[in-house]
Amino acid sequence: MSTKSFSRRGVLKAGAATGVGLALPTIFTGSARAFTNEPGASSVTLGFNVPQTGAYADEGADELRAYMLAVEHLNGEGDGGMLSTFSSQALDGTGILGRRVEYVTGDTQTSSDAARSSARSMIERDGAIMITGGSSSGVAIAVQGLCQDAGVIFMAGLTHSNDTTGKDRRANGFRHFFNTEMSGHALAPILSNAYGNDRKAYHLTADYTWGWSQENSMRTYTEALGWETINTVRTPVGAGDFSSYLTPVANSGADVLILNHYGGDMVNSLTQAVQFGLRDMMANGKTFEIIVPLFSRLMARGAGSAIEGIYGSTNWHWSLQDEGSQAFTRSFGTKYGFPPSQAAHTCYVQTLLYADAVQRGGSFNPCSVVEALEGYEFDGLGNGPTLYRAEDHQCFKDVLVVRGKENPENDYDLLEVVEITPRETVTYPIDHPDFQGGSLGSCNPGA
Amino acid sequence: MLGLNKADLRLFLIVIAMLVFAPILLNPFPDTSGMAQFNAGYPDLMQKLVIFGIFAIGFNILFGLTGYLSFGHAAFLGIGSYTGVWMMKLLTMNVIPALIASVVVAGAVSLLIGYVSLRRSGIYFSILTLAFAQMFYSLAYSVLTPITGGESGLSLSTDDPRIFGVQATDGGNIPVPTVFGLDMSHAVTLDFGAWSFTISTGYYFAAIIMALAFYLAVRIFRSPFGLMLRAVKSNQNRMNYTGLNPRPYTLAAFVISGMYAGLAGGLMVAMDPLAGAERMLWTASGEVVLMTILGGAGTLIGPILGAGLIKYLESIVSTINDSVVHGWFAPLPDWLENTLVTVLHPFIGKGWHLTLGLVFVLVVCFLPGGIVEGGKKLGNLFRRKRSNGDAPTPGTGSTTAEQPGE
Repeated sequence: MSTKSFSRRGVLKAGAATGVGLALPTIFTGSARAFTNEPGASSVTLGFNVPQTGAYADEGADELRAYMLAVEHLNGEGDGGMLSTFSSQALDGTGILGRRVEYVTGDTQTSSDAARSSARSMIERDGAIMITGGSSSGVAIAVQGLCQDAGVIFMAGLTHSNDTTGKDRRANGFRHFFNTEMSGHALAPILSNAYGNDRKAYHLTADYTWGWSQENSMRTYTEALGWETINTVRTPVGAGDFSSYLTPVANSGADVLILNHYGGDMVNSLTQAVQFGLRDMMANGKTFEIIVPLFSRLMARGAGSAIEGIYGSTNWHWSLQDEGSQAFTRSFGTKYGFPPSQAAHTCYVQTLLYADAVQRGGSFNPCSVVEALEGYEFDGLGNGPTLYRAEDHQCFKDVLVVRGKENPENDYDLLEVVEITPRETVTYPIDHPDFQGGSLGSCNPGA
Repeated sequence: MLGLNKADLRLFLIVIAMLVFAPILLNPFPDTSGMAQFNAGYPDLMQKLVIFGIFAIGFNILFGLTGYLSFGHAAFLGIGSYTGVWMMKLLTMNVIPALIASVVVAGAVSLLIGYVSLRRSGIYFSILTLAFAQMFYSLAYSVLTPITGGESGLSLSTDDPRIFGVQATDGGNIPVPTVFGLDMSHAVTLDFGAWSFTISTGYYFAAIIMALAFYLAVRIFRSPFGLMLRAVKSNQNRMNYTGLNPRPYTLAAFVISGMYAGLAGGLMVAMDPLAGAERMLWTASGEVVLMTILGGAGTLIGPILGAGLIKYLESIVSTINDSVVHGWFAPLPDWLENTLVTVLHPFIGKGWHLTLGLVFVLVVCFLPGGIVEGGKKLGNLFRRKRSNGDAPTPGTGSTTAEQPGE
C-alpha cells in the first residue's frame, strides 16, 4: 500500500512525533526557579484564603470585598483608595513591579485542615506568590506555618491571638492586626473608669488559640485593676446556642460577663445574654455589665440593639477622620454601598503593604519582601504612624476602644470611639511573657 | 504472577500505571487555557486522591466484604494522623517510623472499638461506631487539647525533642518531613510545550504505599479469609449453623480496615505535618462511606474511583467562583450569561456539596453498583456491538461476572 503514503493518520502521527521531539529539549526548563512561584512577566497571582462558610463567614465576605478593591486599586482601576494617602508612594497603579495583579480565592471553612489544603492548592495549582486572609487565629497560625514551609509570604488578615506573632511567629508571616495583649492594655483603664475596681468577672471563651489568648490578657489586666475572676468557661467555636453556658452566670456571684467570642459566636452569645435579662440584673449591688473585648461593626449589626453601651476594642473604625480612613471608606462605600469593617480594612492594608514591599525591594522573592517589611515605619493607612517590628513581624499602632451606641442613627453607625489609646502605651517589649516560646526562624524562598 | 490470577494481575497493573502516570493523566489541559481550572495534577490533590483511595480500600474490606457499615472510620484516620505528628515531634522527621506507629496505634484502637461494637450488627453496629467516633472527636477537639492541640490542630515546633533528628534547621525553621533524606514537599515541574507537569516526591511515595495497600487488599479479597468475610455478608446465621464463629473474622476485618485508615492518616501528616480534629468529624466518616458506595462497594477498584471522584469534585468545584463562570459564558449575550451563572451559582464554590449530592443521587438511582457497574455496562455495550459485527465470541461477557472483584 505504498501509494497512500500521505494518509491523514500518517501525517498526524508524524506531526505528533515531531512535536514531541521539539518539545523534549524544554523538558527541564521549569525547575530553574529562584523562588517558589516566581511570577511571569505579565501578571502575578495572589491567594485570598478567607472563611466563606461557618461562624466567621460574614467577616470573610467583607475581607474578600476588600481584597478585590485592593486589586482594583493596585491595577490602577477605581479611585485608588489609600494609595494616595499611603506614606510610601512606590505604588503607581500599574500593578506590582509592572505586572498586573490577579487573584484566586479559597474557603478556609474556619478549619485548619481545610484552610491549609486550600492554601496548598492555591500555591501548587494556581501559582500564588502570596497568601493572605483568615478570620480565625487557629487558621492563620496553621496557614502561616504552611507558607513558611512552602516558601511564600503570608500576610495575616484578621487574627487577634497573641500566638500569631508570639509562640507561633514565622519569618514569612506578617500581621497588621492588633492582638489580645493590646486589647487588654487599652481596655483596662476605660473599664476601671466605667465600672470601678471592685468587680467579679465571669468569662465565656471560644475554645481555641484566640479565645485562650484573649481570656488570658483580659484576666491579667482586669485582675491588675483589682477585679476578681469567678470562673472561666470554654465554649466550642460555632456552638450556635449558648444558653446552657449562660444559665449558670446569673447565680455565679459575678457582676461582669466577659465574652471572649467573635463573629457569629459573639452575635449569638451576646444576644442570648441580653435575652436572659443579664443586663437588667443587679449583682453585688451593682448593675450587671457585659464586655466584648474584640468588637466589630459586622458583629454589632448582627447583634442589633443588644450592643448598646457595651465596651470593646477594635483595630479600626470607618468613622475615623484621618485622610486614609476617609479615602478607604469612600472608595469601599462607592463600590459596595456600605462602609467597610475592621476585617476589610486590615486585609486591604495588608495587600497594599505587600505590594509596596515588593515594589520597594524590587523583587517578589520572599526574602526581599521580609527585608523590606521588617522595621518598616509607615503612615496614612488609617491607624496613624505604624511600625512593622522586625523582631516579631507585628504592627504597632493606636488601638481604638469603642462602645455600642445607645441610639444609632443608621445601620452602620453602631459603634462610637471612646478612646484612641496611643501606640506608645500599647507597645510591649519583645520579651513579654505572653509572647515567649517561639522564634521567627529565617525567611524561606522555597525552591 | 505475584500470586494473582490473570484478571487481578491486569487490574493491579492498570492501577500501577494510573499511579505512575497520574501527574500527566490528571493534567490534560494546557496551563494557559481556560480549561486549566479542571486540571488535577498538582501535588496536594494527587496526594489526597491516593490517601483517600487507601482509606476507602481499607473501608471496603469491612463494608464491601462483611457488609458491616461503620460510621466511625474517620476516628482511626485521625488517630493515625495524631500518632504520626507525635512521632515526628518525638523521634525523627523520617516518615517511616511515623507511618508504622500510625498503623499500629490505629489498629490497637480499632481492636478496642471493634470488640465492643461488633457485639451488635446492622444499624446498632453503625450507631455504636458513630458514637465512638464522636467521642474521639470531642476528645481531640477539646478534652485532650494538650495532646491534640484542640481546635488549632497538632503541629510541629522548634521546641520538639526529635531525638533522632534536628530540632530546627540551620535557618531556625521547623524541619520538613522526609523519607531517608528526600523532602516530601520536593517537586520538579516539567514544562512540555504549553503543558506543565509536577513530579513530587510526596505523591510518588504515597503512590508506592497505595500500590502495596491495593495489592494486599487483592490478596485478602481472594484468600479463604476473604471468602469467610463474604460468607458473613451473605448469611451469618447459616455460618453459625455450620459451626463457624463469625466474630473473629469480622473483628479481624474491622482491625485491618482500621489499620488502613491509620495508614491513610499517617500519610496525610507525612505530606502536610498538621493534624486537625475536623478530619475525625462524623462527616468525614460519612464521606468514606459515600466514596465506597459511589465507586462500587465490594469491588476492588471501586473505592479508589469513588475516593478520586469525591476529592476531585471537592477540590475543583469548590474553587470555581462566579467570575470564573462569567469567563466561560462571556461570548454569550448578557441576559443568557447572567441566567446561566445564576443557575450554576448554587452548585459551585461553597455549594460543591450540592453537586456531590446530585452525583450521588444519580449514581445510586441509575447505577446501584457504583461507577464500576457503569464501566461494566459500557464495556458490555461495546463488546456486544463488536460481537454482533464479527464472529460470535462465546464467554467474553461472563468473565466479569465470575470476578466479583473487578
